[in-house]
Amino acid sequence: MITARYHREIPQRYRLEAGKCLACGHLSFPPRLVCPECKAKKFETVTLSDEGTLVTFTVVRVASDKFSKETPFPVGIVELNGGVRVTAQIADANIDELKIGQKLRIVFRRIQDDGKAGILCYGYKAIMA
Amino acid sequence: MRDVVVIGAGMTQFGELWNKSIKDIFVEAALKAIEDAGVDHIDSMYVGAMSPGLFVGQEHLGAVMADYLGVTPIPATHVESACASGGASFRQAFLEVASGASEIVLAGGVEKMTDGADVTEALATAADQEYEVYQGITFPGLYALIARAHMERYGTTREQLAAVAVKNHRNGAKNPNAQFRSEVTAEQVMKSTMVADPLRLLDCSPVSDGGAAVIVASMDVAKKLKKNPIRVIASAQSSDTIALHSRKDITTLNSVVKAAEKAYKIADKKPADIHLVEVHDCFTIAEIVTTEDLGFFEKGKGGEAAEKGWTSIECKRIPVNTSGGLKSKGHPVGATGVAQIIELYEQLNGTAGSRQVQGARVGMAQNMGGTGASCVIHILEAS
Amino acid sequence: MVGIVGYGAYLPRYRIKAETIARQWGTDPEAITRGLQLYEKTVPGQDEDTITISVSAARYALRRAQIDPQEIGAVYIGSESHPYAVKPSGTILIDALGIGPNVHVASYEFACKAGSEAMYVAYSHVKAGEMKYALGIGADTSQGAPGDALEYSASAGGAAFIMGSERVVAEILFTHSYTSDTPDFWRREGESYPRHGGRFTGDPAYFKHIMGAATALLEKSKMSPEDFKYAVFHMPNGKFPNEVGKRLGFKKEQLEAGWIVPWMGNTYSGSSPTGLAAILDVAKPGDLIFMVSFGSGAGSDGFIYRVTDEITKVQDRAPKLREMLDNQKTYLNYGEYAKFRRKIKLND
Repeated sequence: MITARYHREIPQRYRLEAGKCLACGHLSFPPRLVCPECKAKKFETVTLSDEGTLVTFTVVRVASDKFSKETPFPVGIVELNGGVRVTAQIADANIDELKIGQKLRIVFRRIQDDGKAGILCYGYKAIMA
Repeated sequence: MRDVVVIGAGMTQFGELWNKSIKDIFVEAALKAIEDAGVDHIDSMYVGAMSPGLFVGQEHLGAVMADYLGVTPIPATHVESACASGGASFRQAFLEVASGASEIVLAGGVEKMTDGADVTEALATAADQEYEVYQGITFPGLYALIARAHMERYGTTREQLAAVAVKNHRNGAKNPNAQFRSEVTAEQVMKSTMVADPLRLLDCSPVSDGGAAVIVASMDVAKKLKKNPIRVIASAQSSDTIALHSRKDITTLNSVVKAAEKAYKIADKKPADIHLVEVHDCFTIAEIVTTEDLGFFEKGKGGEAAEKGWTSIECKRIPVNTSGGLKSKGHPVGATGVAQIIELYEQLNGTAGSRQVQGARVGMAQNMGGTGASCVIHILEAS
Repeated sequence: MVGIVGYGAYLPRYRIKAETIARQWGTDPEAITRGLQLYEKTVPGQDEDTITISVSAARYALRRAQIDPQEIGAVYIGSESHPYAVKPSGTILIDALGIGPNVHVASYEFACKAGSEAMYVAYSHVKAGEMKYALGIGADTSQGAPGDALEYSASAGGAAFIMGSERVVAEILFTHSYTSDTPDFWRREGESYPRHGGRFTGDPAYFKHIMGAATALLEKSKMSPEDFKYAVFHMPNGKFPNEVGKRLGFKKEQLEAGWIVPWMGNTYSGSSPTGLAAILDVAKPGDLIFMVSFGSGAGSDGFIYRVTDEITKVQDRAPKLREMLDNQKTYLNYGEYAKFRRKIKLND
């Protein structure tokens, strides 16, 4: 059962909420208790941009059992406008068209589930803009 | 800190050991190491293992192995740092002897990966569960992200990746303990099944069972035993962000750079002083990146070095992974870091047979966890 | 003035051609394409469901309405493919869009008219002065059994409508609902696919209820078919909406803008709502729109909308339905379709 664990990540997975360091302005996604840049401990919540570019990518062809029925699926590191990078699946993509530097947009999709009768787990994926 | 030496080593065959349990594997390696060292006891022991809980449903591995090795009530501790668990286990033994707390310590590592667990899922626990693995990324996938970025930035080629696998299989073919004792061609590598573009099956280290153990002792003990001791002249460890995407530059592994800086400083050596290196080639791209980050080649030239044969046993530049590396020798995750030390031990003792690097006196082992969120580096020297 | 202040539609990019399905079952494709006027349909991606479709549609509606999501007082999603049997789809949507937690949420089910019912209730809340804005959504990843006639039409998509009283883009002038116990189509709890009464779904069900609601709506409004620029009816196939329009006295030109079914399929609860979105994409100030949904079981909801001057400001703020329908297509073969729709028995 991953219920509680899933629930606490909702602000990040659904809305891309990050922590902005009040001292140096560094954006942490997900939010942290200590700023990795200046070590300050006070933050405000900000929402990240839903647009970005593809930094690097792969196509997962051999996945864990949980994702094995969805292969092949592309996964990339996406740099969102503002500089924060996230790892995300690239949905609905024509694999042959993917290239580094590609403009992307974040969408809300089902990511996985906790088995046939367990909860459904949603979150962000990227699509070609 | 006082001088610390390695006085004995033992390992099992690496591979699919269907008839051996995780206990059988560890105990076999530990008994060989104890026998090789010629000691009549050990003061304490460390067991490096990445994920026995997921692979075989067993945690509390220190106690389990002390019990089955028949050495209770000595202190026995499970050490975990993902794929660097073996290196971290060795470092704990080193520190314990160096501090003077113990005289003879066993540093072991083991993994039993073929008992039916979802290996892809278990290995992925070394990455950020919530922000990498949640999205379905796998370890080959994460290293593929590094590979593509490295290819884009430095012009590293598919052929250069293949050259790493070809060389490591050539070395592994000469290692009696290796999982794959067969050579492969670049064409075979580049035509093997795609796992995570651009990485193919023969770019990846295999799923393996295996155990490895060494006996770490003080110089006093070595002298009493009249052993030819191999000195540990540097032990360094570094960490980095757990998620690959959190790093400013994903074509370099900062934990490797930082641990190497420390290790060279402690040992008072530079890359040119190293006669051979065992690097953590969990994927071919990892060998290219680490040989750059360890300072053996200019950044971006690791692929060219592999392709030109500058990393082969025969080459005078820097023989890399004479054991066959993780690629060919096998990668029972927790055992890997200790097995690297064993390769150095044999090479520096001049007992590596057809893999012997002539005149090798200084060797380095680089072992890392995840996508380099942890890295352990040791430098050993023949006395 | 109470009505729609923002609207948005969403269609997945995957398609399957009627011909591909017909070939799979040895059926003459002509019977489907010419007979039912169904050429292709949308198919949800493996990671799409009623909730993700609703989120996408509602995001576009918010973009058009340009309101603070916190001011939305109610969210109702109508669907017959809610991913959970118990747990409202809207609970996930509100957290994705930053609505609530001070908000009413419920999942609606009334076969293919659950969406229009959600729209009606949202509208009523605002009209009653209970809240500033309310969101009504119709969305589905429709089920049709393999080999059944429904397989040619059951598709995926949805539309979202934010109701309010300021900066209204389409005022709701009149509504009417017409319902009876008519077992034309149903799905029992725990069953994967719906069953239907074949030709019984026609005259006694679809035509009777749409005609019932439409006739009452025309009487109530004292309007006649020629007063309307556009009309949209529930679209189970290409034929029925044209036929019911004809019986009521509407002309083909009035139906064309909302008649998206031949290339989209039947998005069940999303059917007439997506048709309405397609009309709003092209409507001009002053246009009157006539809409009647149909849900098996059975009932129809009728609405009369008058488009306001605000419409031209919002149309370009989000993707238009015809753009999504005509561009961005990825065609699937039957095997891929069966995999996407989880019709293959797995060893799990």
